[in-house]
Amino acid sequence: MSVATDTRPVEATPVRAVDPRVRVTARGVLRSEWSKLWSLRSTWITLGIGLLFLLGFGTIAALRYESMLGSAQMDPDFADSTAYSLALFGVPFSLIALGVLGVLTASGEYSSGMIRSTLAAVPRRLPVLWTKAAVYGVLAFVAATAGAFIGFLISSGVLDGTPAELALSADGVVRGLLGTGVYLGLVGVIGVALGTLLRSTAGGISALVGTFMLVPGLMSLLPQAWRDDLNPYLPSSAGDAMTAMQHSAGTLSAGAGLAVLLGWTVLALGGAAYRLMRSDA
Amino acid sequence: MIEARQLTKRYGDKTAVDGVSFTVRPGAVTGFLGPNGAGKSTTMRMIIGLDAPTSGTVTVNGRPYARHAAPLHEVGALLEARSIHPGRSAFDHLMAVAHTHGIPRRRVSDVIEQTGLQSVARKRAGAFSLGMGQRLGIAAALLGDPQTVMLDEPVNGLDPEGVLWIRTLLTGLAAEGRTVFISSHLMSEMALVADHLIVVGRGRVLADTTVQELVLQAGGDTVVVASADPAELRRLLAGPGVEITGRPGSEQLSVTGLSAREIGLVAATHGVALFELTAKTVSLEEAFMELTRESVEYHSATVPGRAA
Repeated sequence: MSVATDTRPVEATPVRAVDPRVRVTARGVLRSEWSKLWSLRSTWITLGIGLLFLLGFGTIAALRYESMLGSAQMDPDFADSTAYSLALFGVPFSLIALGVLGVLTASGEYSSGMIRSTLAAVPRRLPVLWTKAAVYGVLAFVAATAGAFIGFLISSGVLDGTPAELALSADGVVRGLLGTGVYLGLVGVIGVALGTLLRSTAGGISALVGTFMLVPGLMSLLPQAWRDDLNPYLPSSAGDAMTAMQHSAGTLSAGAGLAVLLGWTVLALGGAAYRLMRSDA
Repeated sequence: MIEARQLTKRYGDKTAVDGVSFTVRPGAVTGFLGPNGAGKSTTMRMIIGLDAPTSGTVTVNGRPYARHAAPLHEVGALLEARSIHPGRSAFDHLMAVAHTHGIPRRRVSDVIEQTGLQSVARKRAGAFSLGMGQRLGIAAALLGDPQTVMLDEPVNGLDPEGVLWIRTLLTGLAAEGRTVFISSHLMSEMALVADHLIVVGRGRVLADTTVQELVLQAGGDTVVVASADPAELRRLLAGPGVEITGRPGSEQLSVTGLSAREIGLVAATHGVALFELTAKTVSLEEAFMELTRESVEYHSATVPGRAA
């Protein structure tokens, strides 16, 4: 058996001077998160599903309304519809898809172990969370806004000449469609925060679905007075206020809805940041 | 250069790393050796800031890892646990890591070539064999042209060709003046590449030494000699630095501090007949087992006895 005998010189000899251009920068972290997002097939699939829900369900709803017009029985759910409300029929479904993708961008790092590579490269950690949330939030916003506008144009085309007819220039339409984009963008950010906070895909998706789908239903268990006080401040109600074309009684204004949802987003991000900094990766 | 001072990590009641202090110097391969559960991986995770120490400090080139402007240029690490998303291709994985530091695409191609991954660089990492995954992890470790290369169990899952490749790579990196720190639970593997050894068991440093010293510490080389008159032979061989043991009534003696040749010559000069003269080298494996015997966490039902 060969035996190594000497310990070589002990003084530190740098391999070469650190190239001053090679360092962690905000731009570098941004490019990294961007490339991580697009180099996974799940991003393309889930984003496609989110858009499909938004465009597809809106179009189906518009076609259904149009087909019922001639017949005697108009479904009461559809009676007061407008091209706007029909176009946004798919929002709750799209919300889940985009929220799930937000969860996946963070929880996928933990389930695969990629987080160790990520945090070894950016050991200060927080820039990763902020960048991931911003990159995905903006992407979800752009996708949802584009989907909402295209969906509305399809619906208003289908419903041209019907009682539900509505032009893009009608009062509140553009603001509401933008509100929809912002709502889904923030849901994406909340998804990233939940994924980072819970470090688990199943947990993150459960929390997301629970928050936006189950909690509103549970409100009916509360006494009426409490319900009226609390209901407008739920994330889902705040989001509904943002997407509403017109302000209705018992809900927040679009601006107040945005403020409330931003509050929830900041809360979720705060929890995620705390866990990211305090827990071992 | 890695410097750990009183580094401690506790998980509830369990102390994984217990007041460990050591220095890993540049220009040499330092082996980090210990049985499973000795705290090697936890120590390595603390070095690059993935786990926070309960107490104590560890610095890399004079600073905590996270305080460096270009951490990947300071330490390139391969961890034992998987650190790659299986849905991403090798190239995309390396590129995503490279972007954080503004490392150019050319460098990504370089490390892909250096680790022999050219043909599979565009394939999803999830489809990689253990050995290819290990090569990809090493490619990521080399990406930032790091001053310190730290690899946790690098030969795990590699075929003989891969093992040889790692050995050549490690000695090459050390010869370039880099700090090379590798963990293993296999002494035999370490003996081939490491200049220096840090042996740990149950979260403590058991030895911070060279390979040669470790062997000496474990009893060094022994000569077994059997003769017609062991008492007489014992008297003849006795001297400074010579240690002789033997059971009463047995004609066999174990001698350290003299070579078989010397013993043979002494016996011939004094006319003592020898029946056996065997040089027994303490293998590194035995030295390691002896050192860590007390600290092995999970003994098998039959504890392997000491052969020497």
